[in-house]
Amino acid sequence: MSAPIITVDEVTKRFRGGTRALDGLTLIIPTGTVYGLLGPNGAGKTTLIRILATLLRPDGGTARVAGYDVVRHPARVRERIGLAGQFAAVDDHLTGRENIAMIGRLYGLSRREAAHRAAGIVDRIRLADAADRQVRTYSGGMRRRIDLAASLIGRPEVLFLDEPTTGVDPASRQDLWHLVRDLAAEGTTVLLTTQYLDEADQLADRIAVINHGRLLTEGTATELKDRTGGAVVELELPAQQQLTALRVLQSLAPRHDRDRDRIVLPAPDGAPTLRHVLRLLDHAGLTPTDAALHRPTLDDVFLTLTGHHSAEFAGRTA
Amino acid sequence: MTTTIVSVRRRGRPFVHTGVITRRNLLANIRLPDVLILSTVQPVVFMLMFLYVFGGAIQAALPAAARGEYVYWLIPGILAQSAVFGSAPTAYGLNNDRTKGVLDRFRSLPMARSAVLAGRTLADLLRNTFILGLQLAVGVALGFRWHNGLAGMLAAMGLALTFGFACSWLMAYLGLTIRNTEAIQAAIYMVVFPMTLTSSVFLPTQTMPGWLQTFAEHQPITVIANALRGLTLGQGALPAGRTVAGEALLALTWTLGILAVFAPLAVRAYRRHND
Repeated sequence: MSAPIITVDEVTKRFRGGTRALDGLTLIIPTGTVYGLLGPNGAGKTTLIRILATLLRPDGGTARVAGYDVVRHPARVRERIGLAGQFAAVDDHLTGRENIAMIGRLYGLSRREAAHRAAGIVDRIRLADAADRQVRTYSGGMRRRIDLAASLIGRPEVLFLDEPTTGVDPASRQDLWHLVRDLAAEGTTVLLTTQYLDEADQLADRIAVINHGRLLTEGTATELKDRTGGAVVELELPAQQQLTALRVLQSLAPRHDRDRDRIVLPAPDGAPTLRHVLRLLDHAGLTPTDAALHRPTLDDVFLTLTGHHSAEFAGRTA
Repeated sequence: MTTTIVSVRRRGRPFVHTGVITRRNLLANIRLPDVLILSTVQPVVFMLMFLYVFGGAIQAALPAAARGEYVYWLIPGILAQSAVFGSAPTAYGLNNDRTKGVLDRFRSLPMARSAVLAGRTLADLLRNTFILGLQLAVGVALGFRWHNGLAGMLAAMGLALTFGFACSWLMAYLGLTIRNTEAIQAAIYMVVFPMTLTSSVFLPTQTMPGWLQTFAEHQPITVIANALRGLTLGQGALPAGRTVAGEALLALTWTLGILAVFAPLAVRAYRRHND
């Protein structure tokens, strides 16, 4: 693991009314990684981003970004970061290019340099055709891309993305993912919050799951899944066959998941276990209507740690 | 890719950034002109309405310098009113920037802290200059003339705009501290409308009941309207015992007072708008 670019040490933040948004959170984020913050609504993800981006002062603990303490040297931190918040903070009445160049001017670039970099950036995010149209004519996805692009013009060492793809169509989401991967490949550290588990799974090198302002677990997606437990086989059978099936599979420690009316058993060997199970059922003359090998997903991790499904999963099944 | 940014000289930074933000805010007026058009038309409608509906009935109550012509009374009053109304967009603009996350972005940039508020109030000052200039032109078309020389007229415009600028800082404070856009609207209209109607903007105050008259004669919009009348029409347009210089000085005191109270409050609200 390379040297940390962000260190969060026992950071606490309490809001008026006593809500503890962050409760002694500690995190170390290595340089050049895409780091995902995962957690239910109100877990403290956005509060952490706001503290690291110098928008909020922590009540306790310390946080350092790119070598500088966010409370003592906010100006130094601001020179090294880019922020794209939950809403596309772009001006409708300016063109895409003007939006980007304006942020460049505010980063301290000369007019010429801002224009030059803006031109490079609109090419890069493939918005060159639309760059000279006013943003009010853009789609939601295009606005998000301009918003993200604007934060790139200062060539930040650390980029904060707060739910970058919420409400964005699938094609634009892919574009944004590409962009984030490219940036990371060039050495930019990206800290992103997301409600989408597949986004964390596919994009983040490391993931922290937080809830109630505390760190629950941290690691690569694979590490998190392994820690949650191994694969399982799930079977769906006609009701009258279920008892027989449980008896036939007894040696494999099956259990009946009443909520979903399925038989679930551990599959330490993966596919061979599934094959073995199907063979046993076949010999007994039983025919499952569905049989699946289920590897733990990030949602299982999430469920195990926070006690409820992620917002995304809950939304899908509701 | 750890290029550090080549900063412009630190000393010039606030001015450059204020310029950038001012331009951004002015462009909104030009490219999304509906609000500008409405806020230009509204005072003209007021002007025509009051001039032709009330004008005839009011003539008799007017002081000598208004020369029996309501237009002389009305135009300086409308300029005072427009200066106040013209400051309201400062509140809406900042509130909008906050809810859209634009203020967060600005606050995360290595930019001069002063530039956001300075750029907003400056853009609204320029916008007000345009609107008041147009009001005056319409007034002249309706028969208004300044009788106290061009210098008096220019001083009046300067005073009205400075007062509008001071009100912008009050509005900035409202826009940053009241979260809900509708609440801001309500707050502004609850205060600004009664204030203009209980002033000398449209009518001389001497026919109002005693308690109201006392308030009306001393409230800042009356003070500004009187000063504008004095500066454009001369001594004769003022209530007995008042001088043009005295009224102008009083108006300037109000202006600086509002600025001295609300500029620091607005700056403080901007610094800690989400703690």
